Amino acid sequence: MYPHSNHQTDKPILDVRHVSVRYAGRTALENVAFHLHVGERIAVVGPNGAGKSTLFKVISGVLQPDSGEVTISGSRPTVHSCIAYIPQRSQVDWNFPVSVADVVMMGRSAKLGPLNWPKKRDWDFVNHALETVEIGGLSNRQISQLSGGQQQRMFIARALAQEAELMLMDEPLTGLDTPAQEGLLDLLDTLREQKVTVMVATHDLEQAAKHFDRIMLLNKKIVAFGDPLRVLHSENLLSAYGGRFRAVEGKGGVLTVDDSCCDEGEHDHVH
Amino acid sequence: MFINWLVAPLHYEFMQRGMIAAVLVGIVCAMVGTYVVLRGMAFFGDALAHTILPGIAIGYLITGGARDTLFWWALGTAVLAALGIGAISKQAAVKEDTAIGIIFAGMFALGIALISTVRSYAVDLSHFLFGDVLGVSAQSLWLIIIFGSVILLTIGAFYKEFLTLSFDPVLAATLRLPVNLLNNLLLCLIAVTVAVSLQTVGVALMVAMLVTPAATAYLLTKRLPMMMALSALFASLSGVIGLYLSYYLSIASGAAIVLTATAFFVISFLVKRIKPG
Repeated sequence: MYPHSNHQTDKPILDVRHVSVRYAGRTALENVAFHLHVGERIAVVGPNGAGKSTLFKVISGVLQPDSGEVTISGSRPTVHSCIAYIPQRSQVDWNFPVSVADVVMMGRSAKLGPLNWPKKRDWDFVNHALETVEIGGLSNRQISQLSGGQQQRMFIARALAQEAELMLMDEPLTGLDTPAQEGLLDLLDTLREQKVTVMVATHDLEQAAKHFDRIMLLNKKIVAFGDPLRVLHSENLLSAYGGRFRAVEGKGGVLTVDDSCCDEGEHDHVH
Repeated sequence: MFINWLVAPLHYEFMQRGMIAAVLVGIVCAMVGTYVVLRGMAFFGDALAHTILPGIAIGYLITGGARDTLFWWALGTAVLAALGIGAISKQAAVKEDTAIGIIFAGMFALGIALISTVRSYAVDLSHFLFGDVLGVSAQSLWLIIIFGSVILLTIGAFYKEFLTLSFDPVLAATLRLPVNLLNNLLLCLIAVTVAVSLQTVGVALMVAMLVTPAATAYLLTKRLPMMMALSALFASLSGVIGLYLSYYLSIASGAAIVLTATAFFVISFLVKRIKPG
């Protein structure tokens, strides 16, 4: 009953063609076009309100663009259940009465189909996913008892249980300490072996340059997209961040940007 | 002694029926109420209960006050009102709670106006507003059993869907679950619950049955199945204890049930305060 479409392997996992989105007359995305291949890892960077969350919502099929189109392996997003949107931690009700395993099992709701209860195979899937993200011992914890890094890992496990092939992660590094950030980024490296394509929205240009194949600099439209060292030069950054931009020479000759504020205003428009 | 005290009221058939009705309604409200609490729909539930008054009033005027047919009027109005309020709250002309407030007060006033055209209205109106569980007929009891079972079976059948949708609507959407259908189904479940509970607690106190036992359970556990079980336990205990209070202290049955449920909440809250965790 719940739809799932087969993938055409000759098509890109994600193809975004000339997508524009407007909220109440205000432009959120303008003529965005790019495509990704299976297993790529992309960082999406840009100032607050640049449309990062909006882009993810369009890709996942939760939001319809005003113009343009998105295809996932050759067909529109709404026929796929293999796209995982991993929310910002601040958007989650951590007091909801569920355990870590319960949340990960939610990822299997579609695969289970209507009226079916989880079987051993599904619990195996959940346990394996929790092992993969290295929080197997926490499966019975209430979700409010997790640290920030563990919360992110739980959602990645949920995406694995969903058998996601495209993961969209909204600011997963925000609010984590450096070891937790590094641990999470290492975990993303292991996902690459599973042919999962990952898009991560982040504020951290240095992390983005270090850990991702390509960087998309977004400010309503794509300012630059490609190899980190080519994208992150001051002209592009100035164009994306405008006056809020203050370049600092970071490690490895990569520019970092002083844009420390993290309150994204763009989430409240989509329901 | 105590046994006599407990058994004495049960010699009356209306007390037996009232007990069964109060426990069943308690369980149904507790289950549906879990989602009402988790999704922050208390105001919607309260509004929905009040909004059905004109429907009941029209049924009351047409049938000349036949109690047993009122269930169907309540059911029809509740489902229409639930889907109507659900649709209206998606429009952005005014804020959702403002829209609900306007409709609910307007409909409630219309209901009172209609009922007030009948001379004996004060007595009947108070039954609609505050319930009359001791007046539950055998036929009404059957309706409660049948529709209560339908509600419980539906909640069981769509457990994982409702859970996923309530915790993370975006996940439900990306899994391509039928989000609109499920949302409307939940609204309908609340509507049927309101119709089923009408005679037990009445329109004005309905929200207490939807919210209080579930909120009490939420204080004590952080697992959904346990929350549902505890919520059902508190609700049915409130029904039984409330009816004994009503019998021995001669207080209105609906109020006695709600006060008992409230006492459970207050006790749990205080226990939680003294011994956190």
